[in-house]
Amino acid sequence: MNIPVLTPTRRRPLTHKIVTLAHGGGGSAMRDLIDDVFLAAFSGDGRAAPEDQARFDLAALMAHGDRLAFTTDGFVVDPLFFPGGDIGKLAVCGTVNDLAVGGATPVALSCAVIIEEGLPVETLRQVAASMAQTARAAGVAIATGDTKVVARGACDKLFITTTGIGVVRRGLDVGIDRARPGDVLLVNGLLGDHGAAILNARGDLALETAIESDCAPLNGLIDTLIKAAPGIRMMRDATRGGVAAVVNELAEASAVGVRLRELSLPMRAEVMGFCEILGLDPLYLANEGKILAVVPPEEADAALAALRAHPLGREAAIIGAVTAQRPGRVVMQTRFGGERIVDMLVGDQLPRIC
Amino acid sequence: MCLGIPGQIVAVADEDAMLCVVDVSGVRRAVDVVCVAEPGAPLSDLVGAWVLVHVGFAMSRIDEEEAAATLKVLTEIGEAAAEMEALTQGSVDLGSVDLYPARTQ
Amino acid sequence: MRYVDEFRDPALASALVKEIGAISARLERGRDRPFAIMEVCGGHTHAIFRYGLEGLLPDLVEFVHGPGCPVCVLPMGRVDDCVAIAEREEVIFATFGDAMRVPGSKKSLLQAKADGADVRMVYSPLDALALAKRNPGRQVVFFGLGFETTMPSTALTVLRAAREGVENFSLFCNHITIIPTLRALLEQPDLGIDGFIGPGHVSMVIGTAPYRFIAEEFHKPLVVAGFEPIDLLQSLLMVLRQIEAGTAAIENQYARVVPEHGNPQALKAVEDVYEPRETFEWRGLGSIAGSGVRLRAPYAAFDAEKRFSVPDVKVADPSSCRCGEVLTGAVKPWACPEFGTGCTPETPLGALMVSSEGSCAAYYQYGGVRGEAA
Repeated sequence: MNIPVLTPTRRRPLTHKIVTLAHGGGGSAMRDLIDDVFLAAFSGDGRAAPEDQARFDLAALMAHGDRLAFTTDGFVVDPLFFPGGDIGKLAVCGTVNDLAVGGATPVALSCAVIIEEGLPVETLRQVAASMAQTARAAGVAIATGDTKVVARGACDKLFITTTGIGVVRRGLDVGIDRARPGDVLLVNGLLGDHGAAILNARGDLALETAIESDCAPLNGLIDTLIKAAPGIRMMRDATRGGVAAVVNELAEASAVGVRLRELSLPMRAEVMGFCEILGLDPLYLANEGKILAVVPPEEADAALAALRAHPLGREAAIIGAVTAQRPGRVVMQTRFGGERIVDMLVGDQLPRIC
Repeated sequence: MCLGIPGQIVAVADEDAMLCVVDVSGVRRAVDVVCVAEPGAPLSDLVGAWVLVHVGFAMSRIDEEEAAATLKVLTEIGEAAAEMEALTQGSVDLGSVDLYPARTQ
Repeated sequence: MRYVDEFRDPALASALVKEIGAISARLERGRDRPFAIMEVCGGHTHAIFRYGLEGLLPDLVEFVHGPGCPVCVLPMGRVDDCVAIAEREEVIFATFGDAMRVPGSKKSLLQAKADGADVRMVYSPLDALALAKRNPGRQVVFFGLGFETTMPSTALTVLRAAREGVENFSLFCNHITIIPTLRALLEQPDLGIDGFIGPGHVSMVIGTAPYRFIAEEFHKPLVVAGFEPIDLLQSLLMVLRQIEAGTAAIENQYARVVPEHGNPQALKAVEDVYEPRETFEWRGLGSIAGSGVRLRAPYAAFDAEKRFSVPDVKVADPSSCRCGEVLTGAVKPWACPEFGTGCTPETPLGALMVSSEGSCAAYYQYGGVRGEAA
């Protein structure tokens, strides 16, 4: 694919140790910051000059499909670095995955950063390097960007917005409203890792665990899944609000019931322990490397096998089914044959004492 | 009221401050053990013990024998149910009991 | 997970459910209403919904969800006091997570935080004490709430603060005790409760003796229960067996955790640090004599109520709420005119919609299968 890539015209090493308002002032300090931190990390093979916009050859894009996918996401994670990832990796994965679950091949991302003055330049370099590495792994370019510096207190250290474009495969039509009774619900692996890792990384709870964020670009995995299950109805990454949020949206948009099976939910023992200690429900914990997929029943086995054959899907499982009963409702069959409704949460889950 | 979870004491964190490290499925945390320590005995005596943890405090030592006794009663209820099943249906296969009956409204 | 997984075994659950069904079939003759078994503790309520236990029971047996959620029964006036303390410039207000959404008359702690108050969520009162040590220039106030289970943890934290001379730590004490509340409940003339599932974790602190009056004076069975689904089903079976035998006794299903005499060290810490208040107000239930505690005089220096002046204004529950009747088992949540319309988890009016332990919130969130049918 012919993707333009920004390349530095004159790289001047940045001598400052921390970012100041001058680095956002539009002058040479800003130019140096962009050159030395971002372009140095993101630069590719040097075909394009640093313009204000990335330009794409439409004919080349159309070779990959017939529709453009376009998405954007803001990232404000605290802390910036956490076990299994950092805000940069998250910013690339999040947008790549949002494109991929629509059936698109991700092509390019933009990256807008808002920096709180006082941020160490070294922190910024690490984040940029992480973004570049993740983008390479996902096979997308970071093709354009923007940098702003704000006064102390006006943002929290570093905010990143990534916007992405991709090309949707010809003939593929996935959507949250396309599930039908009889369809099968799959997930590509262990649930709740990211939410638990972040909550723990904040340190307020003084817990020690080896749980790492599952943050990963899923376009490769989704590629294999689509090939194995061409009739696939829906994919969504189960980020904020967890599995519960996605299945509820699915039930509502498709006007179907969803039946989850508690015993089938893949989860690591540490995450279960973490949830038991704090009284959290893992169904509501965020993931950053997990998709829920709905496939027609005849493609379920192939889909599961394809997911399990991929390194990011080894613990994939069939976790439930779409039904005609109680449209709009998600019912979980508990391990005792009891039932409970799985609703969306009002806000964030808060640890309980009772 | 009162979320509590069993964990195993795996190390002494601070003898003077009466803190031990408890492990719950691989998640660890320092907890206050004043309520479960034998007065005068070293905290190392607690290592290996299972305790009930509530808001950072070990509140009770879990009694292995009592747990086993409860499970024994439960198993007997299970066996009695299976025998009853055998009497009424001529089968003792608990594995075939439908644990997930469809409950439609 | 040891001591957990064994008590979540579906095969055992199946056997217990059959046995409960068999007893219920024998008891059915001549019965015009279901046996109402109250689980006192919010943790039990949570487990019942989480595992969908209600749907497994025969029609003749139903759980009534009791008043045992300390977050739900906190009156609005006390939340207002919390907010007033939290909004002071010098204060870091540390709290358990589930107390953050409880509405006061004007705002919750979560809203106060959004308005600029320094409110921190902690897992343990020990973490609040650590905050105080790390921030010597600030006043760290811990929001102490909970029943007898939680009381020793805050008492021990106060004792630790006293021993270590941490002067910038204090406790806003809202602890409540379950025994006077159970008595108040049992003294209601039209109480429709046939037996009780007793609170397991309160009992690991206080033991089983304090419940004797329930059997002796009120002739109701009570079984102290653990929190896993098998624990609850077994305890329910034990209560039903007592009903069938016509007995009323205090039994202990949770003997692996609950010693008969409770925990002496925990009780001593509570006794050292706290004394009963004449009365304490409960959301939905009104004032109950002897149901609250406060810090004793030697620990007055750690009493946030003494350190900071608080508004201490009583705020009446909304008049349309039927929380009190739901709490005593007189009506089901969905019988309240506000349920799901004026009162939702997002904008709770009454006590029981506040925390996920509250029976209204639990019904709303997990949609009790029977509730939906009704």
